[in-house]
Amino acid sequence: MDALTLSRLQFAATAAFHFIFVPLTLGLSILVAYMESLYVRTNDEQYLKMTKFWGKLFLINFALGVVTGITMEFQFGMNWAEYSKYVGDIFGAPLAIEATVAFFLESTFIGLWIFGWNKVSKKVHALSIWLVAIATNLSALWILLANGWMQKPVGYILRNNRAEMVDFMALVTNPYGWLKFSHTLLSGYVIAAFFVMGISAYHLLKKNKMDFFKRSFKMGATFALFTSILLFIVGDFHAAMVAKSQPTKFAAMESLWETQKAVPYNLLLIPDPANERNAAEAVGIPKLLSFLAFHDGNAEVKGLKEFPKGDRPPVMITFLSFRGMAALGILFMLLSIISYVVSKRDRLESNTTLLRIMLYSIPLPYIAGQLGWLVAEVGRQPWIVYGVLRTSDAVSKAITPSQVWVSLIGFTLFYGLLGIIDIYLLAKYSKKGPDDDLSSIIKTSREV
Amino acid sequence: MEFQIIWFILWGTLWAVYFMLDGFDFGAGILHSFLAKNDAEKRVIINTVGPVWDGNEVWLITAGGATFAAFPTTYALMFSYLYSALLIILFALIFRGVAFEFRGKVDSDGWKKGWDIAIFLGSFVPALLFGVAFGNIFQGLPMDAEGYHGTLFTLLNPYGLLTGILFVLLFVVHGALWLSVKTDGDISKRASRVANKTWYALLIVAVLFLIHTAFATKLYANYLQNMVWLVVPVIAVLALLGIKLFASKGQHLKAFYSSCLTIVMITFTGVIGLYPNLIPSSIDPKYSLTIFNSSSSIYTLKIMTVVALLFVPVVIAYQIWVYRIFRHKLTVDGVIKDKEAY
Ligand code: HDD
Ligand code: HEM
Ligand code: HEM
Repeated sequence: MDALTLSRLQFAATAAFHFIFVPLTLGLSILVAYMESLYVRTNDEQYLKMTKFWGKLFLINFALGVVTGITMEFQFGMNWAEYSKYVGDIFGAPLAIEATVAFFLESTFIGLWIFGWNKVSKKVHALSIWLVAIATNLSALWILLANGWMQKPVGYILRNNRAEMVDFMALVTNPYGWLKFSHTLLSGYVIAAFFVMGISAYHLLKKNKMDFFKRSFKMGATFALFTSILLFIVGDFHAAMVAKSQPTKFAAMESLWETQKAVPYNLLLIPDPANERNAAEAVGIPKLLSFLAFHDGNAEVKGLKEFPKGDRPPVMITFLSFRGMAALGILFMLLSIISYVVSKRDRLESNTTLLRIMLYSIPLPYIAGQLGWLVAEVGRQPWIVYGVLRTSDAVSKAITPSQVWVSLIGFTLFYGLLGIIDIYLLAKYSKKGPDDDLSSIIKTSREV
Repeated sequence: MEFQIIWFILWGTLWAVYFMLDGFDFGAGILHSFLAKNDAEKRVIINTVGPVWDGNEVWLITAGGATFAAFPTTYALMFSYLYSALLIILFALIFRGVAFEFRGKVDSDGWKKGWDIAIFLGSFVPALLFGVAFGNIFQGLPMDAEGYHGTLFTLLNPYGLLTGILFVLLFVVHGALWLSVKTDGDISKRASRVANKTWYALLIVAVLFLIHTAFATKLYANYLQNMVWLVVPVIAVLALLGIKLFASKGQHLKAFYSSCLTIVMITFTGVIGLYPNLIPSSIDPKYSLTIFNSSSSIYTLKIMTVVALLFVPVVIAYQIWVYRIFRHKLTVDGVIKDKEAY
């Protein structure tokens, strides 16, 4: 394999690994901050216990989000030097801003939150986790504006053999980036909500600390209800945005070969990319695809054959990932509604089937998120910056395949090991349940 | 002033602050297994850096991000030319971060021993390799129109290694002083002894470094041209002497501030010598990456200047505030009682 293929594999592997931890951080930070605020407001120690229990899991997860992030920051230069040279003038800015406005904030205040229980007042302590939550969400904004720019480049001009920024506000207000941001945040919230519900379900099945985990479950279910529905709606807008600005990706997502008007949506569809057609199409809903793409049932949708072969993304991965994500998204809405209703009526204990389903559903939103990134990134191919720079022109010239082999194998082994350790710790502390002894914190925090 | 120059100063400052802050984390991490007599003492040492190491590391991320935004060509070439060295640094930093967080999470000797090794390697290796990398940047990299003509081993030349050792010793002294300020009783005394003894080695290596620099690099050319700048290396040397002066009197906090100043001024000594280069070419100066031929457009630099002026002071303010909250000394008793500690 050449350095290009290996670098693509490596970027995919390290980004996907980073994105195992990031979305939980995005959502769980908000939930934990909310729990601690409830404690500050009500002085109900159950909320303090919740803060500590979920906060512990949050921290175990957070650690890997942080360390795998450094790799991401350096890789653009290491593996994608030609890319960095060509678009650094505009792409570097959001990355530098992310570090300055978001990473400093969260890394500083996470330290205060972990170690500050006895050092600052209850309010300041709760404020510090809110700052962490705001900062993680801010960091997502800037990185997704950067990625949004790769998907839909705006505010630049090609000059001096590179893309130069001419309109910073265009970058900051890029609708593609904002949609990406909303959709990704919401997906992180759904992941966190399902995580909380799943672990609560485990303990409820064991009849462990019922009050504690019923409250947690209910909080998760409420969060899931809102976020999963919003996620679906935003996802729909996202797809429409793709149809408008990346017709090749949209055609691949839907495996549409011929340009047509009033296109039906086939619930069953088997692509046959080798022959540039679909092997099977069935259960079509009239006009739905046109409607999804342009919110107009009679609109014309461009098929893949409209574009030269060299400009088309891999169809199979893009198509399957998109279908998978969307199907899961619908499932999450159903599960959230049921969970919400059951926990609202206080029927959780008797509903062991639901609890079991929720326990085993923990990985599903993670999978949906990864599939979403496959759609976004594989579907963007062969471009690294859509319509501006090809991935094949972006790789570093100075690196050799053997160097990248070493790093790719290194990352795989090293990350694999860290992943196992992290899951082991998460499982250990999840099973252990909340700590009942809060004396040290409560006593001292009264003294502050 | 030209925007490229503003960003050159900021670039140097980000690295200097990074070395000053993460430097004591590295030092504490290198020393923790040797200085501590038992697990509780190890935990004390780890907990002195616990609340701050991540915030310190972000200075590195920001230095990387600022290089990308302000000097994209340098970011691209430096990181791809130094691919393997950077990879090792990355692995080491990942190892260290995870080790801090996970070491205390399982109560088993084997588990802790494993993470202790990780903390040592995760502190020693980056300290050394950052030195090696900067030594090589001071010297210039073998690059021309065709690209880079070196490997990982090209970097391990005498001057690169000497700079690496200089960094390690600087950080060990710095970390030992940090520990003598932040701990109490026996650990503090042992740390102080290490600082005092290691200082002699540091002095020797620093002198060798200053001499070797005259032969291996062109850093002094700027100073010969404009003598005013000599204040920077002079302050570096005075601060280095100050460390010993204060440390031997037992004034550890002052000694620690001196070593902060030493690190910052040594970094600036190199950075000023580099100007206007970011990475000189050791083959032919016309292939050097300068702040002018590798910078972003003026428009981007302006935007980034506004961002930096708005946010960097805020960052500094809240970081100082958090440092002040954690200004107390750590004791073995306190750490054992504190369930939140690492
Ligand atoms: C829990 C996770 C999750 C769920 C259930 C969904 N998504 Fe999603 N989706 C993501 C998580 C995600 C993501 C991880 O956040 C992605 C990857 C890149 C991005 O910006 O968001 C994404 C990308 C993504 C893209 C590609 C964007 C691009 O190319 O830049 C589209 C068109 C959709 N989503 C649309 C949907 C639709 C119509 C859904 C129907 C329910 C849906 N998503 C559910
Ligand atoms: C964290 C979630 C992300 C995941 C899981 C992810 C996944 C992927 C995958 C699978 C590829 C390989 C595509 C291919 O070569 O066929 C890729 C490539 C790439 N992605 Fe992402 N990505 C993520 C976020 C981002 C972000 C936020 C950015 C930019 C800010 C980005 C920039 C890139 C670049 C530069 C490449 C390499 C060139 C390319 O193959 O297009 N990625 N990513
Ligand atoms: C592929 C491009 C990416 C780069 C260059 C990148 C960079 C980084 C870095 C350097 C960190 C460590 C920060 C620290 O030490 O505190 C980090 C962590 C994090 N990143 Fe990423 N990241 C990428 C993708 C993403 C995506 C896609 C998201 C969100 C959707 C995201 C959001 C976060 C969050 C929330 C953290 C958690 C921990 C923290 O920030 O400290 N990142 N990232």
